[in-house]
Amino acid sequence: MNFDSLFLIIISTIFINNFVLSRFLGLCPFLGVSRNLDSAFGMGMAVIFVMTIASFVTWPIYHLVLVPFGITYLRTIVFILVIASLVQFVEMVLNKAAPALYQALGIFLPLITTNCAILGVAVLNIDDELTLIEALVQGLSAGIGFTLALVLMAGIRQRLELGKVPESLRGVPIALVCAGLMSIAFLGFAGFSIK
Amino acid sequence: MSAWKIFIRGLWEEVPLFRLVLGLCPALAVTTSLINGLGMGLATTSVLLGSNFVVSLVRKRIPAKIRIPSFIVIIASFVTIVDLMMHGFTPELHRALGIFIPLIVVNCLILGRAEAFASKNNLGRSLLDGAGMGLGFTLALCLLGAVREILGSGAIGGFPVAPESYRPVLLFILPPGGFIVFGLLLAGFNLLDSKRGGE
Repeated sequence: MNFDSLFLIIISTIFINNFVLSRFLGLCPFLGVSRNLDSAFGMGMAVIFVMTIASFVTWPIYHLVLVPFGITYLRTIVFILVIASLVQFVEMVLNKAAPALYQALGIFLPLITTNCAILGVAVLNIDDELTLIEALVQGLSAGIGFTLALVLMAGIRQRLELGKVPESLRGVPIALVCAGLMSIAFLGFAGFSIK
Repeated sequence: MSAWKIFIRGLWEEVPLFRLVLGLCPALAVTTSLINGLGMGLATTSVLLGSNFVVSLVRKRIPAKIRIPSFIVIIASFVTIVDLMMHGFTPELHRALGIFIPLIVVNCLILGRAEAFASKNNLGRSLLDGAGMGLGFTLALCLLGAVREILGSGAIGGFPVAPESYRPVLLFILPPGGFIVFGLLLAGFNLLDSKRGGE
């Protein structure tokens, strides 16, 4: 086990290749749920949770089922079905086992199936040829990176509500411009090439 | 609603990208040039046509409770077909669009049309709807791609158009440029709309 490579994955997935700000994955919830801080945080937690589990489940399915049988072209279909059922399953388990957590994450869980960041991380784990542990770490840090961007954005948008924004820029357009500025800030991390 | 109306509303009235802000992720990620935008748009359009076609065909046979998973399987099958075709015939474009080809599955635009239109309308109307919406999406992607390519590399479709003295602003083909250009285009669209509405 090589801890250097894990550390590299964590830093690069959270900051350098942030899922939202530089890979453009998960933009719908990023714009949809970033109106207030509490729901942004709830959504972020739900995404971290599902992304980690999804990475942990899709990796063995690809390498132990699809590859040996030579049906890797079914990847997209299988992954989306697995993720959709996983989300359902997690929802039911949470409802029974941890009602408090379910209350907190509940409304966000169904929305997650169509979050392209989840399918994105599952596909990237395969494309980057990661090991299972690395895939798990990448899933976790992708979720953390998503939450970071979402919470920062929610903070900005709460302030924006009070600002004087021109009529035509109000709502989504100004949020996108802010996201652009945040993305410029995150470009700064690209300077850290840890090789 | 007349057939022409179904087709044309995807191009202006209900342009998916600008009106409904659907399908944002691929729209911003791949539009670093006109060609990439066009490729993504056409790939999405073919998936949309295919899925609208099949969903409309089987709409009376699918029980309401499992319709969403069924739609997803139909869409995923068409995405796989398009993915393999592009891999075979346009390998360069396939490489440029990368992960966003499998991600067409989770483009809310496609599931949205299957649920909102194709599952309630007959074959012809569903195909027209798919063509209109797909074309609207493609045009929007081309617009975004062209603006970013001109600003970011002083060229369009690979041909240099800017004068020699123009220094390309690299930022526009980097991720931040995507957010900013799209935000401003959306604002322009809103402005245009309020002007027209005010008349």
